[in-house]
Amino acid sequence: MSNLPTRSTKAKKAAGDFTDKVTGSQAWNSIFRPGSIFRRGYTDSPRNRSYVIMNSVLYHLHPVKVKRHAVRVSYTLCLGGLSFFLFILLTVTGIFLMFFYRPDAISAWDDIATLESSVTFGLLVRNMHRWAAHLMVLTVFLHMARVFYHGAYKPPREFNWVIGVVLLTLTLLLSFTGYLLPWDQLALWAVTVGTNMMGYTPVFGDQVRFVLLGGVEIGRETLIRWYVLHVLLLPFVIVIFMAIHFWRVRKDGGISGPM
Amino acid sequence: MADIPEHLLKRAQQARARLTGDEATGGGDSVAGADAGRESELVGAGAPVGGSSTGSSTAGAAASAAAGDKIPAHLLDRTTPVADRPQTEVAVPTATAPPAGSAGNTQRLLTVVKSGSIQDVKTLPSDKVHVWPHLLIVEFVAALAVTGFLLIFSIFVNAPLLELANFNETTNPSKAPWYFLGLQELLTMFHPMVAGVTIPGMGIFLLILAPYVDRNPHTAPDKRKFAIALMTIHLLFWATLVMIGSFFRGPGFNFVFPWEAGLFFDF
Repeated sequence: MSNLPTRSTKAKKAAGDFTDKVTGSQAWNSIFRPGSIFRRGYTDSPRNRSYVIMNSVLYHLHPVKVKRHAVRVSYTLCLGGLSFFLFILLTVTGIFLMFFYRPDAISAWDDIATLESSVTFGLLVRNMHRWAAHLMVLTVFLHMARVFYHGAYKPPREFNWVIGVVLLTLTLLLSFTGYLLPWDQLALWAVTVGTNMMGYTPVFGDQVRFVLLGGVEIGRETLIRWYVLHVLLLPFVIVIFMAIHFWRVRKDGGISGPM
Repeated sequence: MADIPEHLLKRAQQARARLTGDEATGGGDSVAGADAGRESELVGAGAPVGGSSTGSSTAGAAASAAAGDKIPAHLLDRTTPVADRPQTEVAVPTATAPPAGSAGNTQRLLTVVKSGSIQDVKTLPSDKVHVWPHLLIVEFVAALAVTGFLLIFSIFVNAPLLELANFNETTNPSKAPWYFLGLQELLTMFHPMVAGVTIPGMGIFLLILAPYVDRNPHTAPDKRKFAIALMTIHLLFWATLVMIGSFFRGPGFNFVFPWEAGLFFDF
């Protein structure tokens, strides 16, 4: 009994030595850049706090420092950030769904049914994708309202507001194109109603409808078109606009000041 | 030499006038010089502390230097070491009057540089915090909360999956996704081109124009009541239409009360 503590301290020391060896190795230090909290000897200093942002591919969307009021949750309600986060969540869950889905009128509905009944976590991930999509429409919309009520669209942020309106439109289109993909009665008739409305565009309404449907009526061609729009074209476009949006937030001097 | 600000010249004149009245007490005239130093950058050449008075004020030197481009002789005198100077006048610094003034000058005025000419402060320091940890922690918690909410919600509520699409069987009612139900509601009132294209098109166009139309520079809510009222009416208009379209429209898109006829709505 008496030598037990000694043994445990020995083990602890060995573990500590090993940790030191790993975190001191060249490989380790080549992965974690200066300022990373995983580096040996990380201390909470202003210099390291700056490095955490500057040396991280993800975080350097942020500036090193922001105005104090910008971190107040009651000001932004996190709506813009959450919209972006929901987009990431939708991308991740969407990629999962793509493994089990064939965009063809013959197999689409069956694939969803199989996904729900036979794929591990299939139902859960589909649910998350659906609810996150609706939530994203809501958060983008609320984000717009928040920005308006704060008067944050005023100079020098006019153009970023315009980008924001484009992003709102793209979000609605992304959600709407995804609506058709399950190929059930809900999808078919909701999209019928929606595209009928678009057909009333003046001058070239019929052409718009034809391009969107891949024909005069909704059918197999519509499904593959909307699938490509939903998983490739619209995400590609929205990512470009998001990049401009985030970049402009910084260029225009961070988020707007307190009222 | 650059212009000397008017107020400095004026003060120098006052000091000189005081000096001529005060000559007997022997000093106390450097006030103007000291003040000038406070107002603007003083470029001075150090001289040994103490020493005798030359009977002229620093401010006076500045004034005369401004008038002519030649350094006055009495200032040049000062650059000679104390010991070598002719003892024309003896200054007696007393305990009550600190060694300041013509008797105790430790520097001489070479030029007056206005502060704005060499440094122009445009941005004032603001109250900033590090993004890590202050902002990243907030973002992380918010993301975690939303993920948690979605996960739990998705465990208990399933996404709808109706029967296989059937072109021969129109659902009754046929509803667009909820965010378009406001437009579908407008369809019951207007021609489809107005309801489906003109009104939403105008809505988006006006939103884009908002920052260019709204010339009011204020952001405080009580200084932009009109803009806020307009937006609130606009948002409530759509919210009401979406609510009616979602919950108060039954078979044939006829008006129903959800508590009587039930819900005809799928997400």
